[in-house]
Amino acid sequence: MSVQAAPPLDERQKPPRRRKKSAALYEVVLPLIATAGLFLLWEAACRAFNIPGYLLPAPTEIWKDTMAIGPTVAGHTMATFKTVMLGFVVSILISLPLAVVLTASPAIAAAVYPFLVWTQSIPKVALAPILVVLLGTNELPRIVITVLVAFFPLVISVATGLLSVPPELIELSRACRASKLSELLRIRLPYAVPFIFAGLKVAISLAVVGAVVAEFVNADAGLGFLIQTSTAFFKVPVAFGALIILSVMGVVLFQIVVAAERIFFPWSSSNATPGA
Amino acid sequence: MISLNRVTRVFNSRDGDQVTALQDVSLEIGRNEFITLVGPSGCGKSTLLRIVAGLILPTAGRASIGGAEITEPRSETGIVFQAPTLLPWASVLDNVLFPLRMMHRIDSTSTDKAMALLKLVGLAGFEGKSPRELSGGMQQRVAICRALVHDPDILLMDEPFGALDALTREEMTMELLRIWSERPKTVLFVTHSITEAVVLADRVVVMSPRPGRIQEIIEIGLPRPRSFESEATPEFHEASQHIRQLIFGTRHVGPGRAAA
Ligand SMILES: Nc1ncnc2c1ncn2[C@@H]1O[C@H](COP(=O)(O)OP(=O)(O)OP(=O)(O)O)[C@@H](O)[C@H]1O
Ligand SMILES: [Mg+2]
Repeated sequence: MSVQAAPPLDERQKPPRRRKKSAALYEVVLPLIATAGLFLLWEAACRAFNIPGYLLPAPTEIWKDTMAIGPTVAGHTMATFKTVMLGFVVSILISLPLAVVLTASPAIAAAVYPFLVWTQSIPKVALAPILVVLLGTNELPRIVITVLVAFFPLVISVATGLLSVPPELIELSRACRASKLSELLRIRLPYAVPFIFAGLKVAISLAVVGAVVAEFVNADAGLGFLIQTSTAFFKVPVAFGALIILSVMGVVLFQIVVAAERIFFPWSSSNATPGA
Repeated sequence: MISLNRVTRVFNSRDGDQVTALQDVSLEIGRNEFITLVGPSGCGKSTLLRIVAGLILPTAGRASIGGAEITEPRSETGIVFQAPTLLPWASVLDNVLFPLRMMHRIDSTSTDKAMALLKLVGLAGFEGKSPRELSGGMQQRVAICRALVHDPDILLMDEPFGALDALTREEMTMELLRIWSERPKTVLFVTHSITEAVVLADRVVVMSPRPGRIQEIIEIGLPRPRSFESEATPEFHEASQHIRQLIFGTRHVGPGRAAA
C-alpha cells in the first residue's frame, strides 16, 4: 500500500523522432521515383495499347500541348493560385477568432454551431451560381466558395486544440492570477499549435478544391476554367495538364504548411503525422 | 498561517446528485509547518488543496490564510500537481520562469533565481533542454522549481511523486526535505504513501472518505534531518502502523497499538 503501482509512462515521452539523413531519402527521393515510374508506365501503356488521345493522352502529349500554350496556362495557374491563397488566408482569419469565441462561451457555441454545420451541409457547387448572382462576377464569390469549403475543419481542429489543454495548466494559470487573455495567448494557443497545423493541412488542400469549384461556375480565368473550356473543345491533353498542375499545386502548398510547422514549431507533435 | 474552520465542500455532479467531498474540516497549520495528507482515494484531499489554493471555494465554513479569507488564488502560493504538466514548447528555464512571466514579475534577477533552483534540484546544465528530453523524474523536479520560483510562503503539493518509480521517489522526497530546510515554507503535501507521509511531516492528517473528514492528526516527533533510514526506528514504525490502522481498520494489522 505504501508504494503505488507504476502508472503509465508520461504520454509526451515518445521516443525521439527519427529525422536523420535517411529521412530526406524517404520523404523526397522515394516519392519522386515512384511518381516518375508511374508516368513511365502511363506513357508505355498509352503507346502499347494505342489509347486515343481524347480518352487518355500520354504524358508526352500532355506536356507538348500544354507547353504550346505555356504563357496562357501560366496565367490561369496564377489566377487559381491567387484564389487559393486568398481563400486560405481568409479561412485562417475567420477560423482562429471563431474557434476562440466558440470555446470561450458555451452559450455562443450553442448559438453559432448549427450555422456552422449548416454552411457545411449546403452543396457548394449548388451555392456557387447563386453567389455569383448575389456578389457579381468577380473574385469575391470565388473566395467565398473557397472559404466555405476550407474553413470548417480548421475551426473544428483549432477549437479541439484550445480545449485540449490539461486542466492543471489552466489551474496553474489561474493560480498565477493570469487574465483570460494571457491564458489564451500563453497557454491555450501554443497548446493548440499541433491541432491548428493539422487543420491548416486539411484547409490548404480543401482551398484548392474550393477554388476549382468556384472557377467551374464563375470565372474567365483559372485552371478550373481552363479544364472546362479545353474539354469543351476536345483539347483533352490541356485539361490533363491543368489537372496535373492543380495536383502539384496542392502537394506543394501542403508541404509548405508541413515545412512551416517543422521550422517554426519544432516541438509540435503533429509533426509526427504519418506521411507529412 | 492557514486556518480551516468547519470547511465543507459539496459538488453537484452531472446526474444531479450532490457529492459531499469535504465535511466540517477544521485544521490549523502553523508557519513553516510541514503537513502531509493521507487517506483513501476520493476522500477529498485534492479538494482540500484546491480550496487552500483559492481555485475553488468552500460551500460552507471558512478557509483563511493569515486571517484573510481565501476567495481567489494568491500569488504567494506555489502548486505542484500530480503530473508535471510542463509547457512542451518552452525550455526548462522558461518553464521555471513561467509563473513569474504570468504574474508580470519577471526582472533581471529572475533568471539567476531560476538557475539557482535548477541547481538545487540537480538540474544544472539542463536549462536549455526541452521538457520532452527529460525523464519523468526530471520533469517533476522542473515542476517543483516552477512552484518555488516566486518564492512562495505556502507550497501545495498534490501527490507530486505519484508518477515516479520507487527509487526516484525516495530521492525526490529527500530533495524536497532539503529544499524545505534551506528555504522554509508552509507545506501541504498529499500522498498515498504512508512512509513518505511520515518521513516528511511535522503532522500527518489522516482523512476518512465519504464524506471527507479529518479522522485524526498525528504528530511526528522524529528528529530532523530525517532520512528513509529512520524507517527502522520504533517511533517511525509505530506512527506508520497507527496510520495504516486508521485507514484500513484493524483488518490488515497485527497487534498494533490501540488508537491514541
Ligand atoms: N469538480 C468536481 N465535480 C464533481 N465532483 C467532484 C469534483 N471534484 C471532486 N469531486 C468529488 O469529490 C470527491 C473528492 O475528490 P478529490 O479529488 O478531492 O479526492 P482525492 O482525495 O484527491 O482522491 P485521490 O486520492 O483519488 O486523488 C470525489 O468523490 C469526487 O468525485
Ligand atoms: Mg486527488
